[in-house]
Amino acid sequence: MTVKVLRRLGILVASVLVASIVVFLFMAVLPGDPAQVALGVNATPELVVKTRAEFGVDRPLATQYFDWIGGVLQGDFGRSYVTREEIGPALTDRLGVTLWLVGAGMLVALLIAVPAGTFAAVRHRKADGTAVSGLSQIGVAIPAFLAGIILVQIFAVQLRWLPSGGWTPPVQDPGEFLRGLVLPALSLGLVQGAVLTRYVRSAVLDTLGQDYLRTARSKGLRPFQALFRHGLRNAAVPVVTVLGLQLSTLLIGAVVVERVFVLPGLGSMLLDSVASRDLLSVQGIVLVLVVGVLLVNFVVDVLYTVLDPRLRGS
Amino acid sequence: MKALRKSAVATALSALLVTSGCSAGSSATIAQSSGTLAIGYTAEPANFDFTRTDGAAIPQALLYNVYEGLVKLDADAKIVPLLAESWTVSEDRKTYDFKLRKNAKFSNGAPFTAEDVKFSLMRVKTDWTVSIKSTMDVVDRVDVVAPDHARVVLTKSSNGWLFSLTSRLGAMFSAGGVADLANRPIGTGPYTVSSRRRGDSIVLKENPAYWGRKPAYSTVVLKYIKDPTALNNALLSNGIDVISAITVPDSIPQFQSDDRFTVVEGTTNSEVTLAFNHARPPLNDVRVRRALSYAIDRKALLDTAWAGRGTLIGSMVPPTDPWYEDLSHAYPFDPAKARALLAEAGQSHPSLRLRIPNLPYAVSAAQVVASQLADVGVTVTIEPLDFPAVWLKQVFTDRDYDLSIIQHVEARDIVTFGRPKYYWGYDSKPVRQNLAKADAGTPQEQVEAMRQVARRLSEDAAADWLFLFPNVIVAKNKVTGFVRNQVSESFDLTGLAPR
Repeated sequence: MTVKVLRRLGILVASVLVASIVVFLFMAVLPGDPAQVALGVNATPELVVKTRAEFGVDRPLATQYFDWIGGVLQGDFGRSYVTREEIGPALTDRLGVTLWLVGAGMLVALLIAVPAGTFAAVRHRKADGTAVSGLSQIGVAIPAFLAGIILVQIFAVQLRWLPSGGWTPPVQDPGEFLRGLVLPALSLGLVQGAVLTRYVRSAVLDTLGQDYLRTARSKGLRPFQALFRHGLRNAAVPVVTVLGLQLSTLLIGAVVVERVFVLPGLGSMLLDSVASRDLLSVQGIVLVLVVGVLLVNFVVDVLYTVLDPRLRGS
Repeated sequence: MKALRKSAVATALSALLVTSGCSAGSSATIAQSSGTLAIGYTAEPANFDFTRTDGAAIPQALLYNVYEGLVKLDADAKIVPLLAESWTVSEDRKTYDFKLRKNAKFSNGAPFTAEDVKFSLMRVKTDWTVSIKSTMDVVDRVDVVAPDHARVVLTKSSNGWLFSLTSRLGAMFSAGGVADLANRPIGTGPYTVSSRRRGDSIVLKENPAYWGRKPAYSTVVLKYIKDPTALNNALLSNGIDVISAITVPDSIPQFQSDDRFTVVEGTTNSEVTLAFNHARPPLNDVRVRRALSYAIDRKALLDTAWAGRGTLIGSMVPPTDPWYEDLSHAYPFDPAKARALLAEAGQSHPSLRLRIPNLPYAVSAAQVVASQLADVGVTVTIEPLDFPAVWLKQVFTDRDYDLSIIQHVEARDIVTFGRPKYYWGYDSKPVRQNLAKADAGTPQEQVEAMRQVARRLSEDAAADWLFLFPNVIVAKNKVTGFVRNQVSESFDLTGLAPR
């Protein structure tokens, strides 16, 4: 078990290093000069040269890379070319927003998928079960940003129940924070919930066909009782796998949803930084996202063994 | 006893009612107070330091609101007093004497005096890095004649210099207030920066020590919303009170037909310009440039590309400049003439690369330009480039283009035609001479010389000025006092008031 976790950790670190090189090279070949962008249209050539030196982008690529990654390993992400602020604290700030968004989106997805999927499985030959399953099919087809735009039109622009965007930190005003989080979380969660519903349904259906459930029924338990006591934990293993994959999807979906709802998260920071060729910021953000996705996969791996004792021996 | 108890209970109850009534009343007044105004903008300031970071967003938020200069531009683009009560100009137009306001103070408590004028103006040369600082090179020295009297001596007379004082270049700083410009701006204006949340908003609060008229709104929240649809939705859903500038014209009718909103339309300094690369054939031939100018139906282009909003100007001069003349009829739409000119130049079927920034106005204008030029036999390839990074590098710096379409947003940027190294690649001795004459002369001489410049550029078909970008502000009905024409670098909050 420990060896397994350690091996996974090793893979994690190696993946992060490879990713950091790929990200760095991508930004290096992207056309556009950060110094020129920072200085604008009236910049004199001399000033551009001076600023390039100030940013350090006139040095050899390898030097730039090792300088950067060395700093990152010590927790120093460098200073933004554009805002001239430390990138590290900005990343932490933005990551907070994105994590709230992803967490709330996941919660919505689970709140929809577990009951709906179970219901669709238990009643899978009945009209209502088929209807739920059909609805989830429609949900799968709607991208998160479109769901966001539709929700804003209905609940913000027409009914004016909820804000159309913006972010209030939870410490400042918890009520306003929750009101602001509802629509973004719904637009992320509805779609993922629909996807997840289908997995929950098939996992539960699978479990329903197992012998041990028939045994449980023969003890006199009703179908739902048998499922809750003996089936759901078994059904959870494939669902957790999908959940892990979905967390990564949510993280990417958050990038777009943040733009639609004007949330100051990692996604909007990433888009702004790419546009202004704020290379150090982009590298920092992408690295954080990559680490996030890899960590999720790592946690999912470990979770399997917790959920299913049969996997512990192998 | 019983009665006593009853009355005691009644007293307690009524006391409770009164107190709760009070608190309910006060919270209601907070909710209804017009003290807070939220304005939506598209471009967010990277930081608060416009001395070292270029871009329109910082002065848009801070100039006239947090920072003030000696003079400012009013809505008609006239130079009017601000921190200077008045000024006189010497006979040789090289010495300016400014009489300063006595009661102005910086938000850090320091009084504003002639020492600060000297400090701020001389600091442009030494500490600023943004390239517009070169306008201040003509300043020879600043003398502190008295605490309320500053004398600026120029090396040569320059009208452009006084005009530039209305921009961020003229902002007054206090010697004790420049330690952390990027995060803590300290000026003499009616507002101070109270807080900011990057990627979201900046909160301005009334400066209690302000020397002038108290602003009507004690708190102004500047909300930054990059996506135009999200910006519109924020206003429609009561998230903000004002959209500072509509960037997509299709949404204007939606606000005009809704009686909750007022739409304020005016002009800007932003000429949407079809740039010709004079440095390489075939556009180094004036006949080809004129042919393209005749081939473009600018009225149809404005209607198609920008919903008919904007002004046809025909030159690099917006109507708010004193030397404005309507030159929009210099090249009337005439495809036959265009074909004839192309044939005369031996360029009946040229192939041109139209390399544009990937911005909505440029993309829609480029499609119209390409189809109209195709009608006279010119093949146009549209290449949208990532803006700003790629466009700045390839078109602006490396000048690898035949045609481009871009907004030239700065005030009086007609002077760029006097710089042969600018990306137009245009060089004309008479234009350079007239620009110099305009800068050095009296205001009357300036107007005359600038007219000559604009006419000459039109004759040379130095570029094609497709249209002047409109300034469209949308606000809830209760807000008034907007500066209709966007002529200064500031989004001026000082005149805003509830109806």
